[in-house]
Amino acid sequence: MTIEADRIDSVELCRAVAAFKAKGCRFVTITCVGADQRGAELLYHFDRELALSHLRLTVAGDEVPSICGIYSAAFLVENEIQDQFGLRFNGLVPDYRRTLFLAGEDSLPPFRRKSGPDQEE
Amino acid sequence: MAGTILPFGPQHPVLPEPLHLNLQIEDEIVVSATPAFGYVHRGLEKLADIRDFRQMIQVVERVCGICSMIHALTYCQGLEELMGIEPTPRARFLRVIWSELHRLHSHLLWLGLFADAMGFESLFMQLWKVRERIMDINEATAGNRVILSVNVIGGVRRDLDSGQTAWILSELAEVEKGFSAMSRTILHDYTVQKRTRGKGALSRSQAMELGCVGPMLRASGVSQDMRLLGYAAYGELEFAPVVEQDGDCYARCRVRFAELGQSIGLIRQAIAKLPAGDTSVPVKGRPPAGEVVARAEQPRGECLYYIKANGGKFLDRLRIRTPTFANIPALTVMLPGIELADVPVVLLSIDPCISCTER
Amino acid sequence: MGLIDKLISTARRSSPWLLHFDCGSCNGCDIETLACLTPVYDVERFGVVNVGNPKHADILLVTGTVNLRNREVLAVLYEQMPEPKVVVAIGACGLSGGIFREAPNVVGGVDKVIPVDVYVPGCPARPEAIIDGVVLALEKFRGKALAVL
Ligand code: SF4
Repeated sequence: MTIEADRIDSVELCRAVAAFKAKGCRFVTITCVGADQRGAELLYHFDRELALSHLRLTVAGDEVPSICGIYSAAFLVENEIQDQFGLRFNGLVPDYRRTLFLAGEDSLPPFRRKSGPDQEE
Repeated sequence: MAGTILPFGPQHPVLPEPLHLNLQIEDEIVVSATPAFGYVHRGLEKLADIRDFRQMIQVVERVCGICSMIHALTYCQGLEELMGIEPTPRARFLRVIWSELHRLHSHLLWLGLFADAMGFESLFMQLWKVRERIMDINEATAGNRVILSVNVIGGVRRDLDSGQTAWILSELAEVEKGFSAMSRTILHDYTVQKRTRGKGALSRSQAMELGCVGPMLRASGVSQDMRLLGYAAYGELEFAPVVEQDGDCYARCRVRFAELGQSIGLIRQAIAKLPAGDTSVPVKGRPPAGEVVARAEQPRGECLYYIKANGGKFLDRLRIRTPTFANIPALTVMLPGIELADVPVVLLSIDPCISCTER
Repeated sequence: MGLIDKLISTARRSSPWLLHFDCGSCNGCDIETLACLTPVYDVERFGVVNVGNPKHADILLVTGTVNLRNREVLAVLYEQMPEPKVVVAIGACGLSGGIFREAPNVVGGVDKVIPVDVYVPGCPARPEAIIDGVVLALEKFRGKALAVL
């Protein structure tokens, strides 16, 4: 079983998210499925009248565009993913610089995998 | 003038939990508020790597003690969906009963803390006295006061006999009498109104845009409640979300207060309709590879679990989006413009649960 | 030791004030600690009053695990309390890290950071157990206060 989600890349992300906002969707959250040095996979969840829609973003490297400019509430979850997975969100305000949860001294992102990601089904 | 930065927390008398706010103030008026976290962070999603999918039930129950039963419920429902298991009808109704008991104790707890934040200590004590009856029901039916541990994949571990259900009903009548006696104070008292009306107001569109959930959203006029998804046995029970229009602290208080009565109604319905049969189905094997999103309504709002399994004993990824996590961004909009003395009231009006937020 | 010191010591012994700090608790132990202060359990009958300021406190109740960020706060709170003082660690988490001991951002029990006098087990600890712990802490506190005299 997999979640039905539109696959997008980072260039299309902001336009796709803005389209959800235009439809009056509530931003639910972002889930980072996994990340390592080769790239990362993120799921964006939106809700409209109790129905969920998802976007699946795959990025190479560790830079992701921030959607704070569209849904300001995303700052919290984007900071959390920065902490946990060591990704970098461009344009994130306010940016806690990986100190949202972690104390600065040991900022090794605990959820980041060292080896390659498991292959997609 | 740049104003003064005032640190609020992490150890603060009104906060039962450590949350830190950097308040920029000018003449007693808050200009901006930046929350800072990390004092309760444990990183428990990572425990999925070393605890198998059944042991994780015990871990997710401890995301937050106040809504522990519903955390486990959401997690179990997610795995049931992934594994293609249908819990028994009796289990589904029992889950509603325990969920609503949790909602009752959580809302009473919040009303008490909220009264305390306003400096209304006797009301706090009264509400917590009423709440102890719910804790007694929890203990008598599940064996523990706070962390019930009743959910398993495929159903529940405990059953209620007819003596217990009758006793629950009589206790609930007492609880109802207890909080109804306070309704005039909570809803119409001059002090309460003075401290809460018009404070921290969010319009309908603001609440939607900030991604608020639960009572926050309903107090701003959006009729959204995850129980309408019909999970567990909610699809077979009658209820309508409690909605208020004003979106201020008073409206949130009204929503939560009305939900006390709603929860009692739901428990009564569930007990009346409680079907006979087993409380759980036997579950063999491991979750198949795949991913699933599960949602449920906690006392504080929508809770979302994302579960990714790889066919093995350990989950690939477990992500928990708790309701307070979704409500915190609203603080950055609600706090600017209010007086410093009202910060505790507005802060508590979102029903903050920091251990949920940080996990 | 002057008369005033003796007087203060006697007063502190008969009515110690307590400060509750939540380290990384899941709230389970936290709300049970709060429940102790409310009518049904009511620790105030032992002369104990809950305060928010560490400088007024004699007994420190700590719930939950210590993590890398709150350990400094905990140490500072402990420092700010006047001597003599007693620390009560509550719940499996406060004792050893409990169910979270292997989580990435967990240091362990409270005694990794500050000395603990009373350990209250349970997950969550029952209000009765917490009251027992507080009463035991009172005895220890009296002992310490008399030793200073
Ligand atoms: S000991 Fe148990 S109930 Fe107490 S804080 Fe830890 S996990 Fe929560």
